[in-house]
Amino acid sequence: MSRHEKASKSLFDPAILEQALIDSFTKLDPRLLAKNPVMFVVGVGAVLTAVVWIRDIAASGPGAAPNWFTGSVCVWLWFTVLFANFAEAVAEGRGKAQAQTLRRMRKETTARRRVGKGEETVPASQLKKGDVVIIDAGELIPGDGEVIEGIASVDESAITGESAPVIRESGGDRSSVTGGTKVLSDRIVVRIGANPGESFLDRMIGLVEGAARQKTPNEIALHILLVGLTLIFLFACLTLVPLALYSGITLSATVVVALLVCLIPTTIGGLLSAIGIAGMDRVMQHNVLAMSGKAVEASGDVNTLLLDKTGTITIGNRMAHELVPVPGVRTEDLADAAQLASLADETPEGRSIVVLVKEKFAIRARNIVGLGAHFIPFTAQTRMSGCDLDGRMVRKGAVDSVAQWVESLGGNVPKELRDIADRIGSSGGTPLAVADGHQVLGVIHLKDMVKEGIKERFARFRAMGITTVMITGDNPRTAAAIASEAGVDSFLAEATPEMKMKFIRDEQAKGKLVAMTGDGTNDAPALAQADVGVAMNTGTQAAKEAGNMVDLDSNPTKLLEVVEVGKQLLMTRGTLTTFSIANDVAKYFAILPAIFMGVFPEIAPLNVMHLASPMSAILAAVIFNAIIIIVLIPLALRGVAYRPIGAAALLRRSLLIYGLGGIVAPFIGIKIIDVALTVVGLT
Amino acid sequence: MTANGWLQILFFSLAILAIAKPLGIYMFQVFEGERQPLPRVLGPLERGLYKLCGVDPSKEQVWQGYAFAVLAFSALGVLVTYGFQRLQLVLPWNPQGLPPVGEALAFNTAASFTTNTNWQSYGGESTMSYLTQMAGLAWHNFMSAAAGIGIALALARGLTRRGGPAGAKTLGNFWVDVIRGTLYVLLPLSIVLAVVLMSQGVIQNLAPYQQVTTLEGAKQTIAMGPVASQEVIKQLGTNGGGFFNANAAHPFENPTPFTNFLSMFMIFAIPAGLTYTYGRMAKDQRQGWALFGAMAILFAVGVTTAYWAESKPNPALAGLAVDQSAGNMEGKECRYGITNSALYATVTTGASCGAVNAMHDSFNPLGGLVPLFNIQLGEVVFGGVGAGLYGMLVYALLAVFIAGLMVGRTPEYLGKKIEGREMKLAMLYVLIFPLVILGHSAWAAVAPYGVSSLNNAGPHGLSEILYAYSSGAGNNGSAFAGLNANVPFWNVTLGLTMLAGRFWMILPALAIAGSMVGKKTVVAGPGTFPTNGATFVMLLVSVVVIVGALTFFPALCLGPIVEHFLASNGKVF
Repeated sequence: MSRHEKASKSLFDPAILEQALIDSFTKLDPRLLAKNPVMFVVGVGAVLTAVVWIRDIAASGPGAAPNWFTGSVCVWLWFTVLFANFAEAVAEGRGKAQAQTLRRMRKETTARRRVGKGEETVPASQLKKGDVVIIDAGELIPGDGEVIEGIASVDESAITGESAPVIRESGGDRSSVTGGTKVLSDRIVVRIGANPGESFLDRMIGLVEGAARQKTPNEIALHILLVGLTLIFLFACLTLVPLALYSGITLSATVVVALLVCLIPTTIGGLLSAIGIAGMDRVMQHNVLAMSGKAVEASGDVNTLLLDKTGTITIGNRMAHELVPVPGVRTEDLADAAQLASLADETPEGRSIVVLVKEKFAIRARNIVGLGAHFIPFTAQTRMSGCDLDGRMVRKGAVDSVAQWVESLGGNVPKELRDIADRIGSSGGTPLAVADGHQVLGVIHLKDMVKEGIKERFARFRAMGITTVMITGDNPRTAAAIASEAGVDSFLAEATPEMKMKFIRDEQAKGKLVAMTGDGTNDAPALAQADVGVAMNTGTQAAKEAGNMVDLDSNPTKLLEVVEVGKQLLMTRGTLTTFSIANDVAKYFAILPAIFMGVFPEIAPLNVMHLASPMSAILAAVIFNAIIIIVLIPLALRGVAYRPIGAAALLRRSLLIYGLGGIVAPFIGIKIIDVALTVVGLT
Repeated sequence: MTANGWLQILFFSLAILAIAKPLGIYMFQVFEGERQPLPRVLGPLERGLYKLCGVDPSKEQVWQGYAFAVLAFSALGVLVTYGFQRLQLVLPWNPQGLPPVGEALAFNTAASFTTNTNWQSYGGESTMSYLTQMAGLAWHNFMSAAAGIGIALALARGLTRRGGPAGAKTLGNFWVDVIRGTLYVLLPLSIVLAVVLMSQGVIQNLAPYQQVTTLEGAKQTIAMGPVASQEVIKQLGTNGGGFFNANAAHPFENPTPFTNFLSMFMIFAIPAGLTYTYGRMAKDQRQGWALFGAMAILFAVGVTTAYWAESKPNPALAGLAVDQSAGNMEGKECRYGITNSALYATVTTGASCGAVNAMHDSFNPLGGLVPLFNIQLGEVVFGGVGAGLYGMLVYALLAVFIAGLMVGRTPEYLGKKIEGREMKLAMLYVLIFPLVILGHSAWAAVAPYGVSSLNNAGPHGLSEILYAYSSGAGNNGSAFAGLNANVPFWNVTLGLTMLAGRFWMILPALAIAGSMVGKKTVVAGPGTFPTNGATFVMLLVSVVVIVGALTFFPALCLGPIVEHFLASNGKVF
């Protein structure tokens, strides 16, 4: 897996930060601000205090707060809004830079469109669905589509970051091409499959820029909670004015706004969209294109994961596992013959036999040319390969074929051969018979090798509470053997596309969220049915359109990372919401004694932080409220670390850190700021 | 504070713990069971009532249908009760010849009893005829309680029924719930317990008021009436409206230590039992115990604070020749003392009962803060019959939503996703309290016609205002006294507060039930947020306290809290 160039760019790259700084001001546009009701309220409060401040400077009325106080509150309220804007801008930064590169690539492309018998040159942006274009070696593919003629090697590094070229050919599962990629050799004819603005590249630009970002269902629900809390506090603060009046206290607008801003959930309100954008960005860093934030969010909820066996769980190539001689034959003789028969066999199976013999029987590989042997290659007719050497004819191959060949030479096939082969077959392996002339020597046990490290990955899935299901065309016994070796929880043997669909539907009917990976056109319906469908980038156009994510690295276990990002995203939201609400306790203890102490000095014991003066107390709370946004930006962008330790333990941990911590932290923070304010004389 | 006092509180708590399971199982049988108890006796009666009311018990309602039934039933109740009061002079059973009740008061009382509040701007024995008390008010004592149970069950069904494409869509039948609740739960318990009360000396008659000559030779009128029957449902249904003005401090309502214990026991019995019923419905008893646990913790903290605060001397009597070693005895009935007054106050305000055996107005500032804050928490400390459960369930949804994300899954409760719509409704539910309590209090605090009803100035006056509207919105009905509420402004605004506090909260609760019932249930796994363990109980308690505290802390600061600090410095009101 090659890492993207873009991945190396840090979120806190100076260029990104500089742009973000500018954007934090352009985002002050009230139309943009109104999209975030919590910050909008802060903005309105900031304007209001600014008006009061200017009025007081012009003509300070009797009993008005000192100008420095109103001014400081006003400035810090503006900072609060700017800090929230900054967080969002930083989160968008990396995506924006990437989108610029992609957009440049699209702009410069031209296409040769086929018109009747001839062709014409048009800008790539004018291509429509159904147009047919011709691309020669060295040219950029102008748009998404399907190869209808020819075969070519294509450099897709612009999209995937993978530098090794891939083969694209008409028909089959490797026919889809993506706009912006480059044909390296040969010539292909492509039928365009997307209208302008709908192509993969367009979608990618939209995604990385955040332009196509829609609020996810959970984000919307969280937003409602924040708006509801804001309304409650708005009400508590507004009614406090007459209630205080009854008690003989006149509250100034500045003080009410300060109290309100401190109480409403500005921390999570200011960071919520940054969390979402950063989550999408993190998915992108894993080289996965999520078509919507909703899909990323859903992946955090996945209960069941469907994986194809071949290429995902097993390497895809069978490897020699053991040698089983027929009675009367020494294992060493079988090993020697097996190696001879495989010396010239360049297939992974052949090489694995040579390696096994070398490792287990210390028979070094011999040079087939030096031995003067004559190599017999594998053909579909003989279904055998081997070599002729010094009059010996050594063959290995399918058990039936070898048996036939031995019999045709007049040899005897021991009945044990069949038994051994059956035993190997039923354990999930593939038997290869080995014969030397008319004598059957034994069987090579080829086995589906489970990928290294896959068991650990499945264990992680299990720790997250996700059930893994292996899908395979093998018979149930083979499937069971591989399943237990790989550590998957369950399997679906002799699977057909219909069975896959039914399985997904059944799981969903049980209330489970199902994720699956796939690449073939026959996977498309299942990918569409699954709650999270990850299509491999090497897959067909149909598969890519059916899924809601595309893995550019075509690594099926990538879902693990996506699921973790999804969980992190939700956790970050939850922890910051909890933190934000918990903060209010300390803010009450800072501000309320401060505003009531003038009339009721007896309330002083409530000033538990022993803040220097009423004004420094209010100012300290406002400043803490603003600064905490900046302090938490890294956490919001990187996400809270997910640990698969079970929900109950995770909850206890988070509640302790962000709930209890959220109550305690501001007491300390506000006190420190108050001391600092006292030092500089602002009391 | 005495060891004896603590023992009594502990004994009461254990009694509630003990009744939860049997009563919960019984109610589960009544409302969700295949066969109702006592089929021979009550079965024909139940079927007869269905026939009489034209109810098809097999037909369930979707949330809109259920809500419409609740509203229509309640609206009719308001009208009829208003009529009874206005026409009581021409109706029978008015041996005292009490005049018609005034318009504003009649509206207030009708709203009050329909909403299970039983706020009384009047003194019962001097205002309401026997017929008004029995047919008008006692009717509501049963019906508002039964309706509350129904609504709680509807929400519980919405959360616990299996949804999905072919799954449940309905929440039960309101009429069936009300009839069963009355017939199988409230009536039998009332009849048995009324006899128990009578055995202790609670009166039960329709005699005219007695004229007696006292030992000093003075003439005294002693009010009579069907008290036991009224008393029992007032407690069981967490209604709280006393037959007499002195409520449960009156010797004919609450004559002995045993009746005092029984009164408190009856208040908490059904709300506690319902949490068990809920566990049964969720097919996970620990879900029910979790709610019970959260309620129990809130109760324990409340009663401890109140008991501690009332064990302190009354600052207003400091320096006088009064022995205050027992604590603050002002406004308390000597027969009950500190422990049972503090316990009663916590129980009656934790549940939205509102019956009182001591004057909350005379509590020490922090002692009075407990009943006030209990109500402002939303009446979820066991809460009103039904109302406590559905209130706590809404809080549970909020708690799950806020903290549930922290386990890395979108929030779900009992396997059902909590999404935008439920959040909207839950926030609406939570918003009503600050809106009507703080809104009205702010209005009353600065309006001359509001302040003129106050008996006390300063922070204590503000506490009286806050308490009145909290009591109304929480459908509690207890008063901080010290406030002459029988004037048009207070009668009308309190009446509206009570209606808002009941129906504006019932509607979102039922709507939540409606949107949850159809949702598919996600199976629980190791990654699922556990809502049946100790962590969740603590979380739920924190959310209830924090939401309540954040909303009302500023106002409370100006009321009981500042009063406490002033009182410690010798300033009293």
